[in-house]
Amino acid sequence: MADVFYSILCVFGLAFYGIFLGLVFSGVDRMVVARMQSRIGPPLFQPFFDVLKLLNKQDMLPANAVPGIFRMAPVVALAAAVTLLFYLPLGGIGAPVLEGRGDAILALYLLLIPGLAMVIGGFAGGSPYAAIGAQREMVTMISYELPLATVILTFAWKLASLGVAQPFSLGVMAAQPIWGYVGLLGSLGVVILFFVMLLVTPGELGRIPFDSPEAETELAGGILVEYSGRSLALFQLAMAVKTVAMGALMVTLFLPWNVSGWIALPAPVGAVADFLFFLVKVGFLLFFSVSVLRAAMARLRISDVVTGYWKWIGSAAVVGLLLILLDAKG
Amino acid sequence: MRLKANKALGRSLWVYLCNTGSCNGCDIECVALGTSRYDVERLGVKIVGSPRHADVLIVTGPVTRKMEPRLRMIYEQMPDPRFVIVAGVCGMSGGMFYDSYALAGPIDQIIPVDVYVPGCPTRPEAVIHGLSLLLEKLEKMES
Repeated sequence: MADVFYSILCVFGLAFYGIFLGLVFSGVDRMVVARMQSRIGPPLFQPFFDVLKLLNKQDMLPANAVPGIFRMAPVVALAAAVTLLFYLPLGGIGAPVLEGRGDAILALYLLLIPGLAMVIGGFAGGSPYAAIGAQREMVTMISYELPLATVILTFAWKLASLGVAQPFSLGVMAAQPIWGYVGLLGSLGVVILFFVMLLVTPGELGRIPFDSPEAETELAGGILVEYSGRSLALFQLAMAVKTVAMGALMVTLFLPWNVSGWIALPAPVGAVADFLFFLVKVGFLLFFSVSVLRAAMARLRISDVVTGYWKWIGSAAVVGLLLILLDAKG
Repeated sequence: MRLKANKALGRSLWVYLCNTGSCNGCDIECVALGTSRYDVERLGVKIVGSPRHADVLIVTGPVTRKMEPRLRMIYEQMPDPRFVIVAGVCGMSGGMFYDSYALAGPIDQIIPVDVYVPGCPTRPEAVIHGLSLLLEKLEKMES
């Protein structure tokens, strides 16, 4: 009974945590990009105002939409994004809530579900703009899955070849930083995989230059074109939670160190320091992979997204994998 | 709760631009709102691509007969609460096209208008002033 109660508490706690952090990070992103474009930019809490406003607006149902699916898609997207947080190490607050019940492969699938829900919702909206956006979203998903899966499989293979139990567990990956197990050649491979992951993140989050599914100027909002009010707010919250999840995943794979591992601190202070350090790491990674790219680049055509991810980023990921393989053999 | 909702609305006005047959002068001036010189994003204003996402409809141009049903449709696609700003003198009176056979009338004969922003073309500062007038109207609605 207490177990169930604890789980329910974790669900609400983590949902609140993910939404709050996600909105703060997207506020930071908007501020930083505005400064880079020599604008003043919105206040830090602008995304909160946006979501609060959307929650209080009318939620319209288009005339030729499929009502049930159209209304369910945003709920599924947010639920999947929050579920993802249960399997990720979130820095300082201990092991993942459902540690041992799911691993990196499950996280890969859960990362797909918000995008899939958007695709289904886009098709259910009955707008041709949303249909084109949904097709582009599917193509984008197929594109970034290859490099993302290569990165995660490389890590799992490395841990498995060292004889670590449960090499696919994200908790194990966080506890065993890969940098300590590779030589010079392998480190080069890990650096390449790190850059691959930084380039996969904006595609996963649908940000510029990989935002062709939304494409405000050509598709009028694309996949979200028919969504308004509460449903649109739920999609925005799902994206915010997914931002935190992608940041946490990158930290788990590439920068899993903690402050308390370096300096001896009393337990509660150490936990707080670890948590703040985790936030700094996530913010740092999102700054490079989301904000800088967004300010520096224009939108890529959908065909360039596919070529970019499969040909260039995909082969870079394979080169990283080969370097780590060679490092282990030699 | 209602008061809080209006506060959030005032700090996050999403704008949809609609050209109903203007010469494109006012549209260029309105799009300039997003540039670093005027930067309306600091006020929470964002130009969106779909009327479903919008709170404010900025209409430019005298309404031509072809655009009349489209303008009405775009207004109906916006979720409540929704507001309309007319940018430019064409939309207020027909402007230089006031006696044209092709006009379906000034905008306020087709959809309800909240704020009029004159000018030919209207300057971006004037549109920002129009947005602030809309915020004043929102505050009056609260009290």
